[in-house]
Amino acid sequence: MSSPRRLTEPFGVRLVVTLLVLAFLALFLVVPLVAVFYEAFAQGSRAYFAAFKDPNALAAIRLSLYATAIAVLLNTAFGIMAAWLLSKFNFFGKGFLTTLIDLPFAVSPVIAGLIFVLLFGLQGWFGPWLVDHNVRILFALPGIVLATTFVTFPFVARELIPIMQAQGTEEEEAARVLGAGGFMTFLKITLPNIRWALLSGIVLCSARALGEFGAVSVVSGHIRGETNTLPLHIEILYNEYQFQAAFACASLLTLLALVTLLLKAYLEWRIQSASSQERA
Amino acid sequence: MSIEVRNITKRYGNFNVLDDISLTVESGELVALLGPSGSGKTTLLRIIAGLEQADSGSIHLNGTESTGTSVRERQVGFVFQHYALFRHMTIFENIAFGLRVRPKATRPEKAEIKERVQHLLEMVQLAYCADRYPHQLSGGQRQRVALARALAVEPQVLLLDEPFGALDARVRTELRRWLRKLHDETGITSVFVTHDQDEALEVADRIALINRGRLEQEGTPKEVYEHPANPFVYHFLGNVNLFRGRVHMGQAQVAGVTLDVPEHEGVENSPAVGFARPHDLELSREPREGSVPAEIISIHAFGSVARVTLQTAPELPGYEVHVPAEVLRGLGLSIGEWAFVTPKNLRVFLEEDTAENSQAYVSWGI
Repeated sequence: MSSPRRLTEPFGVRLVVTLLVLAFLALFLVVPLVAVFYEAFAQGSRAYFAAFKDPNALAAIRLSLYATAIAVLLNTAFGIMAAWLLSKFNFFGKGFLTTLIDLPFAVSPVIAGLIFVLLFGLQGWFGPWLVDHNVRILFALPGIVLATTFVTFPFVARELIPIMQAQGTEEEEAARVLGAGGFMTFLKITLPNIRWALLSGIVLCSARALGEFGAVSVVSGHIRGETNTLPLHIEILYNEYQFQAAFACASLLTLLALVTLLLKAYLEWRIQSASSQERA
Repeated sequence: MSIEVRNITKRYGNFNVLDDISLTVESGELVALLGPSGSGKTTLLRIIAGLEQADSGSIHLNGTESTGTSVRERQVGFVFQHYALFRHMTIFENIAFGLRVRPKATRPEKAEIKERVQHLLEMVQLAYCADRYPHQLSGGQRQRVALARALAVEPQVLLLDEPFGALDARVRTELRRWLRKLHDETGITSVFVTHDQDEALEVADRIALINRGRLEQEGTPKEVYEHPANPFVYHFLGNVNLFRGRVHMGQAQVAGVTLDVPEHEGVENSPAVGFARPHDLELSREPREGSVPAEIISIHAFGSVARVTLQTAPELPGYEVHVPAEVLRGLGLSIGEWAFVTPKNLRVFLEEDTAENSQAYVSWGI
């Protein structure tokens, strides 16, 4: 179908705008992406894979995976609870709580890290008590998990709240009238209805947790082989002029980002088709 | 199982949703809660089900108090206005849900569940839909699934919230006759909420009229239609014509005639309004005792009954008269002519009763 000529811009204008957008995308998205892999493989594939055989790199990958796994688990649980509370109940202070969930998005990650230093550091509020009881939070896994959890908190809840609000509470009420208990109702009715949005939130949350730099950088202490996550490891490699190894590790995170993007696109398509079915 | 509602009151903030409502539903009855939207009827139904709690008052199911019991323990079947089918389950799974979530001790065998669901599917004439999903069904079909799902757990009471509200006119009529038939077959005590007076009059054994959180009247369809307790009920159950007048010492002067009104014995010289249904008015070419002259605005003469609207002056509310079509033909009246309207049967209410309820009429466009 061709639309009437007067309703569209002249061909020249459309061409220029399209080329401008493409050039912008190439410069800011495609070129950096290519550059990461180009640099990673600059000294051949042997050197590329050697970068991951370094015990410090392996330790960093392992730590990143641990911290991400725990943070995502916590945020999935909290996210579901928060979304449940905010979408299915009315109570005083609901608006405030909704805003509070977004706080980690508004606060700079470095500040987030500093908050934990302030709380658990040697001079912090709980510092002396922690030292007395021989509990290590800063410069150890708990601190890294806390920082990661804080920064990635909103993802699951943000994905769930709109969809749970749209679905209302009638199905849950119907299940209760039919004799299902609270947990059964959640498991059989609520969870299946939010499954794609929940997965989408988990994917985003995981991606952000794996890549988190600022907050973790403040609380980790940069102890090589012990408290370095993958992004911190990359920074150290780069600062030590080991460009090839740095980019090799960076390519790992980049691949992950691409996979996340694909997954997210797929999940969004599932959510769309699920909600369009209901309207039919 | 009988239902007894005793002095139920419910407030949202300063707003009285339900104001001291008491109501009894006998075992095996089909009762309609009828009222305009926002009258509190759905809230009352939800309180009976246990989905909401009243601020005061009590609910008794089968003679035992169950005010504090949870919705799970009450053994009620509830049909939601928008069906609330489980969208990710097939029709079969939807109906089987209530049986499957039972604790192991009372859960039927797999084969028995299958048999019972099949039986229910046949009863609602949807056996061929067992493997479909709710979004593949029409509104009327979904409503029948919702009903089958509610009946699957063999409830003692069936509660329906605007069961036909979201359906188109033809399906509504069909489905409400079907519901009546189903009730006659199963005999399960049922309460349904509706704002449609025709629906209530046609389907229910008894009607409870609710307005602004209060029970205005209850009785059989015939009782409430023929003997409305107050102007609200009169207005709500069909079209009315108003004749202004006065009441003094047990006598009413309305539309130029004097009537005995023993129910207003002690009233002295008070403004009053006479109510008459469209079929309680007569049309004539000549003036009669108590007749009012009015101009014919429209005539709808299809079917056996002709509907004629008239007005005395453009700014005053007019009259609606229903006369047999052949009577109208005999009179030979047409639009634009003047005719005389005579009330055969007037029910007189004092003006203050009418004023108290006038707001409800306005919101209903009556």
